[in-house]
Amino acid sequence: MSNDYSILIGGEAGQGSRKAGLIIAKLFNKLGYRIFIYDDYQSLIRGGHNFSQIRASEKEVLSHREKIDFLLALDENTIKKHKDNLDKEGVIIYNSDRIQSDQGIGMPIDKITKELGGIPIMANTALVAGFGKIVGIDWNVIEDVLKKEINKGIDLNLKIAKKAYQDTENRIKIEKIKQEPMPLVTGNEAIALGAVKAGLDMYFAYPMTPASGLLHYLARYQKDFKIAVCQLENEISVINTAIGSAYAGARAMVGTSGGGFALMTEALSLAAQSETPIVIVESQRPGPATGVPTYTGQADLLFSLFAGHGDFLRFVIAPGDADECFFWAGEILNLSWKYQTPSILLVDKQISESTFCLSRDVLDKVKYEPPLFWNGQGDYKRYKDTKDGISPLAFPGQENVVSKATSYEHDEFGITIEEDEQAIKVMQDKRLRKFQKMREEMEKLEAVKIYGNKNSDQAIIVWGSTKGPAKEVAEKLKIKMIQIVVIQPFPEKQIKEALKGVNKIISIETNALGQMEKVLNCYGIKPDNRILKYDSRPFLPEEIEEELNKIL
Amino acid sequence: MENLDTYCKNTWCPGCSNFAILQALKQAVISLSEKGISKENIALTTGIGCHAKIVDYLNLNSFYSLHGRPIATAEGIKLANPDLKVLTLSGDGDSYNEGISHLIYAAKRNIDITVLIHDNRLFALTTGQFTATSPKGLKGRSTPEGCLEEPFNPLELMLASNATFIARGYSAKIEELKNLIIQAIEHKGFSFVEILQPCISFFNSYQFYQERVYELEDHDFISREQALKKIREWNYNGEDVKIPLGIFYKIQKPTFNDTLLEKLNPSKRPKQVDFENVLNTHI
Repeated sequence: MSNDYSILIGGEAGQGSRKAGLIIAKLFNKLGYRIFIYDDYQSLIRGGHNFSQIRASEKEVLSHREKIDFLLALDENTIKKHKDNLDKEGVIIYNSDRIQSDQGIGMPIDKITKELGGIPIMANTALVAGFGKIVGIDWNVIEDVLKKEINKGIDLNLKIAKKAYQDTENRIKIEKIKQEPMPLVTGNEAIALGAVKAGLDMYFAYPMTPASGLLHYLARYQKDFKIAVCQLENEISVINTAIGSAYAGARAMVGTSGGGFALMTEALSLAAQSETPIVIVESQRPGPATGVPTYTGQADLLFSLFAGHGDFLRFVIAPGDADECFFWAGEILNLSWKYQTPSILLVDKQISESTFCLSRDVLDKVKYEPPLFWNGQGDYKRYKDTKDGISPLAFPGQENVVSKATSYEHDEFGITIEEDEQAIKVMQDKRLRKFQKMREEMEKLEAVKIYGNKNSDQAIIVWGSTKGPAKEVAEKLKIKMIQIVVIQPFPEKQIKEALKGVNKIISIETNALGQMEKVLNCYGIKPDNRILKYDSRPFLPEEIEEELNKIL
Repeated sequence: MENLDTYCKNTWCPGCSNFAILQALKQAVISLSEKGISKENIALTTGIGCHAKIVDYLNLNSFYSLHGRPIATAEGIKLANPDLKVLTLSGDGDSYNEGISHLIYAAKRNIDITVLIHDNRLFALTTGQFTATSPKGLKGRSTPEGCLEEPFNPLELMLASNATFIARGYSAKIEELKNLIIQAIEHKGFSFVEILQPCISFFNSYQFYQERVYELEDHDFISREQALKKIREWNYNGEDVKIPLGIFYKIQKPTFNDTLLEKLNPSKRPKQVDFENVLNTHI
């Protein structure tokens, strides 16, 4: 059996289980393992139950799983909540100063921390170091990672870690894998990096889980990335300011979740009418309304496809892991500018806040692609009626340019037209030709991906975050998996091609109405069965496998 | 002199006070171009309402935005290209009703844009309903018995929001208005000019203003107390008081765009970003 470990570390909010989880992941990363981290928390600052579940495997992994090999408990609740999922050979490692447990390995981590003069949060450093010793990770690896990850009080943390390491007995030896460590990034961070690689200039946002990580990360690195990052008064301001920036020539992106996106929809329509390129990252969480703010779901698909009044097409793209987040964030920014259109990068909490390995191969696949610029000949017309519907771009401040953008229906120069019905149709026809070009562009993209057994006559259809757990199951059960990545314009041809030879289709998504199934129905594709999950938690591979076993 | 007109047919009511504002703005742009600010480096934004048609009549860079949002649009333009002079032309319905949050926050962050409010004190393009600055009791189609709300004083709101340039002009005083617009644009930071304008179709307040307006003289505009005192002389209701015009408040503070961007012009290319350096922090 290949090396594939599942480690869960949990405690109350404020005990630092998330950071400790990342440190554990980085230890395994250094040993050559591939990583996935699932972070689970609620909207509160202290108390509650937070945990990180780290999967470390020889092979690429895109999902956590049900069974736990190591359960690391900073509080008693963690043991209570998760011990049923402990593998029969699994080990509980716990803070024996706070927790009574009749099984597992107790570590007096409060005592160690206190004796060396540490503060309570440093207990998680002791727990991580003790765990490292139990599984046979060399001290110097632990020291390296701690030095990199802990900024405040590193000397004291190291002393506490060393003491915990010395006092704990080694039980097993985790095998080293001959693979280079990889950058560990969340989906949000991958989106940020991909967008910057494609020439992002400005990022605007209003804080909203689970998109806030994007704002925090870009704000932290704005000087390195040579971009401007700005938190504004509300989502309406966010998108309108971004549209202003794009009109003036800057590549702008905004990020939010369903509720914030709802506030942006009038301006989404403005971006379409004024032909202003803009990228909206919509990181879904369960709704309706405030819903379940720190958990996941895919119930904003139909909303993303249809949001905004009036007739227009937009790109809607749903990446399913960090590599795809990086690639498609870059691609969608370039596409938005090429077609002067609003676009939506549709993710969810499970993608945004989970941690993945980022492949270095994907870095070279994204670059800044210049849009169609005005050649300086004749009078500049913002909405020049061209054959393919794409009007050359020029910006205020450029010599001999008067650029008039507008929310009204307009003529080529950008002057309002209301009386002349023929001119109104001319402009809508120009945009229709552009939409046709967008459809043709989509056909050139890898809008649909196929995994698992490509020759199987049984196929599951997934999108977004469901990719990770479903892919694992498709490979295990040797069935075909079809992942829809570009959802608007809809890749009808590519999906129908992928469905050739398939006689049973099962649609899998985390929403209650089967939204992708409804989209498929519009194109005459009728799934035979569906597996839906809408309890705000992501699918686990085990759950998908169990449901598929009932159907297949 | 440069021709600032377009071929667009003007659809304001004959005799509309917006013609005067258009005239003052054009003269201001011409004066600025004589001072070296070329018209290419000016960008206008408007919301939706009678005021907003002004960009159709001006051969200048413009973004005819959504109702209530032209200030947000203008902020984006300024941040993307800090070399531009960015002006928002908005109305009372536009930025005192629908989009008031943007007005308050633009003032609060002292972003270097100029906001001119065409304040006719009611919704005109939608044929006459009350707005934030309508006097109490104003009869409109939505309030046939008279509007129930007291107006607010937008200048007082701007002072409370820490605007660094607060002025009031009047459409019937074109020369004075032109000078206010020039000073507002030249002000480094957020500048706000409230423009009183009669609406000849739905709320003709021409006589009311003619009898009350006067120019501020020997006013200490760096004093917040003096500014407030003058701002409160008239509270936008119909009472028998004088209405001061001119600059009420003007101070210097660091601008949001300078502070945020430092020397960065975000849209300048190419950019060299060291990805390896950042990626190494993720291992």
